[in-house]
Amino acid sequence: MITVDNISKTYGNRKVLDGLCFSAEGRKITYVFGTSGGGKSTMLKILIGATAPDSGEVRYGDLDITALRGRSLDPYRKRIGVLFQNNALLNSLTVAENIALPIREHTALDQNIVHIMVKMKLELVGLRDFEDLYPEQLSGGMQKRVALARALALDPEVVYFDEPTSGLDPIIASVITKLIKDLNRLLGITCIVVTHAVHEAMKIADKIILLYRGKVLAEGTPQEIRESADPLVQQFITGSPDGPISFHASSKDFRDDLLVG
Amino acid sequence: MKIRGDVDMSTSPDVRGKIAEAFRQIDAGSKAVLIDLSQVRYMDSSGIATLVEAMQNCMKRSLRLRLVDLSPPVRDIFELARLSSVFEIYASLAEAEAGL
Repeated sequence: MITVDNISKTYGNRKVLDGLCFSAEGRKITYVFGTSGGGKSTMLKILIGATAPDSGEVRYGDLDITALRGRSLDPYRKRIGVLFQNNALLNSLTVAENIALPIREHTALDQNIVHIMVKMKLELVGLRDFEDLYPEQLSGGMQKRVALARALALDPEVVYFDEPTSGLDPIIASVITKLIKDLNRLLGITCIVVTHAVHEAMKIADKIILLYRGKVLAEGTPQEIRESADPLVQQFITGSPDGPISFHASSKDFRDDLLVG
Repeated sequence: MKIRGDVDMSTSPDVRGKIAEAFRQIDAGSKAVLIDLSQVRYMDSSGIATLVEAMQNCMKRSLRLRLVDLSPPVRDIFELARLSSVFEIYASLAEAEAGL
């Protein structure tokens, strides 16, 4: 169980997270979605221990992640995998070397064992024949799958996905979504997916959390979200430009900004 | 040989050492290596990789590797990793020894 308890974070004078509270159950798929600038990325950085909140706590079981700094986060990081939006693959390393990297960094396993593990991870994402290629020799969808194999390298209990289908064509996006579902169903991995993609969330999520202005606007099963009477929630689901959610992110009045500065 | 306890990234090097020791003690006339997994409740991918390596070593020596009495969670892991067809898996030692 991951528990986010009253997290706040401010950048400059902009409050990105404002007393965020939610929980994500173990061995389930939780989707967090919201508008751009709604605090999703900041929340994810806090969940993986890359950024500290100004206040509040994130707990993984009994572990208070927000109390940990530097190397003391290593035991937590060994239990999680992260699929970054930009994949974060190293272009100077082959596919196999990229996947082996976290294993070599966190364990003292023999090279042959690591090599076999890499093959097994690539089999999970359907790319076993590509271990000797470099990331730039692969399509965007293949790079995403390699990045997923690397996220799985240490057999994580939890995988965080940052916009996993962003920029992918619909077929590859479906492949990635199915992989998330399979990892959860077959391996029991807890999946936390941060995304804009409402339709994929509705298809496979056990729980959906809707983030708006740094707070939870709504949470529930896909069915509960779909049936919400809240016009804000409905605008999220339908993606309509017209509704209570404005595309203007500025907090200052335009006239005041122009005339007063 | 028998493996006991969880096999994960911290314990699989010990298991690997035990398997290597077992290989050193194999008689010239041996036909197979039998590994009893009845006391293993959890095995991660490093544990499975260790068994795959044992299989590689058996093949080099023209030996068979047979895995015996997998607990249900370990059997699930083998199926998920699509390795049930790679290994010879038997329900009991008697079944594993039969036909050797």
